[in-house]
Amino acid sequence: MHLRNDQSRRSFLKASAVTGGGLMLTFNLGTAKAATATEANIGAFVRIAPDNTFVIMAKSVDIGQGVKTSLPMIIADELDVDWSQVKVELAPLDTEKFGAQNVGGSTTIPRNWDNMRRVGAAARQMIVSAAAKMWKVPEGELTTGSGVVTHAASNRKATYGELASKAAAQTAPDLKTVKLKDPKDFKIIGKPTRDVDAPKIVVGQPLYGIDVQAPGMLAATFERSPVFGGKLVKANIDEIRAMPGVRKVVVVEGITGKGDPARQNGIEAGVAIVADTWWQAQTARRKLRVEWKDGPTGLQSNANWEKTALEFAKKEPQFNIRKDGDPDATFKGAAKVIEATYSYPFLAHATMEPMNSTASFNNGKFEVWTPTQNAAAARTSISKVMGIDEKDILVHPTQRSGGGFGRRAQPDPAVEAAWIAREVGNGTPVKLVWSREDDIRHDNYRPAGYHHFKAGLDAQGKLIALTDHFVSFGENGKFAPMCQLGDNIFPAEFVPNLSYGASLMQLGTPMGPLRAPGSNALSFVFMSFLDEVAQASGRDPLQFHMDLLAEKRVAAKAAAPAANGQPRPPGFDAERMRGVLQLVADKSGWGKRTMPKGTALGMAYYFSHAGHLAHVIEVTAGKDEVKVNKVWVAGDIGSQIVNPIMAESQVQGAVLDGIGQALGQQVTFANGRVQQGNFDDFPLLRMNEAPPVEVHFNITGNPPSGIGEPALPPVHPALANAIFAATGKRVRSLPFNKAAGFAV
Amino acid sequence: MAYTLTVNGTSRTVDVDPSTPLLWVLRDQMSLVGTKFGCGVGMCGACTVHVNGQAVKSCSMPVSAVGEQPITTIEALSENPIGKRLQEAWLDVDVAQCGYCQAGQLMAATALLSKVPQPSDADIDTHMSGNLCRCATYIRIRKAIKQAAGVAEKKEG
Repeated sequence: MHLRNDQSRRSFLKASAVTGGGLMLTFNLGTAKAATATEANIGAFVRIAPDNTFVIMAKSVDIGQGVKTSLPMIIADELDVDWSQVKVELAPLDTEKFGAQNVGGSTTIPRNWDNMRRVGAAARQMIVSAAAKMWKVPEGELTTGSGVVTHAASNRKATYGELASKAAAQTAPDLKTVKLKDPKDFKIIGKPTRDVDAPKIVVGQPLYGIDVQAPGMLAATFERSPVFGGKLVKANIDEIRAMPGVRKVVVVEGITGKGDPARQNGIEAGVAIVADTWWQAQTARRKLRVEWKDGPTGLQSNANWEKTALEFAKKEPQFNIRKDGDPDATFKGAAKVIEATYSYPFLAHATMEPMNSTASFNNGKFEVWTPTQNAAAARTSISKVMGIDEKDILVHPTQRSGGGFGRRAQPDPAVEAAWIAREVGNGTPVKLVWSREDDIRHDNYRPAGYHHFKAGLDAQGKLIALTDHFVSFGENGKFAPMCQLGDNIFPAEFVPNLSYGASLMQLGTPMGPLRAPGSNALSFVFMSFLDEVAQASGRDPLQFHMDLLAEKRVAAKAAAPAANGQPRPPGFDAERMRGVLQLVADKSGWGKRTMPKGTALGMAYYFSHAGHLAHVIEVTAGKDEVKVNKVWVAGDIGSQIVNPIMAESQVQGAVLDGIGQALGQQVTFANGRVQQGNFDDFPLLRMNEAPPVEVHFNITGNPPSGIGEPALPPVHPALANAIFAATGKRVRSLPFNKAAGFAV
Repeated sequence: MAYTLTVNGTSRTVDVDPSTPLLWVLRDQMSLVGTKFGCGVGMCGACTVHVNGQAVKSCSMPVSAVGEQPITTIEALSENPIGKRLQEAWLDVDVAQCGYCQAGQLMAATALLSKVPQPSDADIDTHMSGNLCRCATYIRIRKAIKQAAGVAEKKEG
């Protein structure tokens, strides 16, 4: 909770009757004036019923990362009630009441850990004050537990439910100074706690956007230009209109301005078919014949980019990102110089639940149901594209989303559904569902990239110089979205002579965040190349990295505060990294196990999303195949794991996600068109390919941070390094099956 | 065309094109939305239901091919003792992350344990590899299947 000192912003409390009796505690922070997204109307989080049960609101949506459970756990613990007394509800979109509600970047826990504690503690404090006044005893003589206030000296007890109305009349404590629990007294935080929606999931209850049903609802499918930014020349619209079940055919001219590479404020050109059922719409779509005008993006292809990238890599970078010391002079005097070129492909998100949204339009107002990581952004985009005021757009985030991985941070499905619903009109709800092919071919992709590295070692095998010429995408010295190489990327500041530079190629297709954006690619190239350097140094990789990390404790350049003014969590810390590296080495038996020929370990570590993670992967590799036997992970995400069962699950999922990407995933372009379309050519990891993943956490005195993302980046290089250790074959491009001819 | 289907023990008639996949009949005609759409080509298993007790990918079975075979969906899985045991194990292990694929996973796992009550790891690989989980909860799916089957987990490491 980020509170200001201004007296007018002091918390006050409102009590209001709720349906079925009981009271809703509303701590109002005077949000009408200048509330920032980091502030929240805390009382909106807790409802106390007379039967002493508690409804706790989950402020943010669940995309599989578990926050619908973990955020209420934090409030409940400080409120000092039992988890069995709690019912969780998903908060509606209301950033004035709940603060920022978007999820992504593993930020939900670090951003809310402290303020959710304060919300729970403030509510508890008011209940205690009410009891103290009622019994005329000092607050200090009262204790709480299981939703009951006890005065031991007089043997009096009262439930929170009984005290709720009196509590509502108390002055709310200052959130900045409200007394928090000693972490050793946590009863819910840190305990393995089942997902609150699990009982509904296992019986197939409707929870997802694709499950939305409404009276009179129609179904829609949308054929978009196969090339981003392309235009429709002509189509057999009349024929499609006559197909069974078809109610409306909507030609969308398309708004894809140049300043909108991430598709936030536009809509692709195409033909939407609205029918009684989705199958009828999709069947009609198969008869659709469209002539497209591709535009300049129709020329882009992997073949062109690869050729250009290799030409660029031979030249000087177009611009410099960072330069320390004198790398070129150092290379001349180095005992050993190593050079290598690495690359990785575009990737799609392929969330299990295909993109979808439902919308209706009536009397100038929209109502939209959307599975999203950012309902507020969806509302803003609809407003901009449709020219409707945000107050006339009611957006409901759905109870759950069938995966996010960054894809649902983008609002395009909600904008499309709204556009189609407006054309249908009359308040008729229209559910737009993308096919899997739509999903793979119209994503906001993880960008591909090429890196030309050079490293110099001195006679003792110490890394004294490193350069990276990064060939990426963008224009006029400005990276396209998600393509950046930051000047603080490791091993910057750990190598005395270092330069990062970049050259950019044109790109017309939108890019977007994919789980651990930036890091999910940079980790592979940097940590694989550093393994090559370690091998050349003649030291064991563990020793090489421990030596490298011993050079300096933390990067000198602190990360800039976030756009909302909140300080960033602590950055890369070599001591924390050495801690997880040693832990994973110990757990995996690094350097201590004898393995059969063809079986070997690889290691890698990476700092991302405030987490320090180190992995060891064991593979058995033959001439043309590789099998991952086991993965060990050690992570440092601070002082507290909120829900251990979910933290472990996130790590295991991220590791298997990374293995799936490394082994077989790529999106390629020809004539501006994506060449993949479904799980046959964009394969996800399957049960028979999933190795065991052993997860350990190093608990350190740092603020708790998120774990949805940081366990992914070390996977690709650890796997590449293991393949090298097992076979002597260095894999320098992803996916491995393409690069090394592995049948996996 | 009118088709009379027996779904979860109840006889229901729908009027749809013969090519309509069973998946969309369940979801759009019968409001049984627990069965999920994932790929439309039988590659992900999110749409797995039981047809005559067999695990079938309902996105790839046209309604015209169902005939009189009884259909069970996730909504009625708890009436099957094996299904019920698996649902309990799923809750105990807390398998799901996003949860979207889990209806299909449970239907596939129920079919597996109906055929192979004490499955080996290889049996689980063979029977469950047609069901994708994008969150990659495979480690927990395996654990929950073994727990429901009363098979000891292999000690790793």
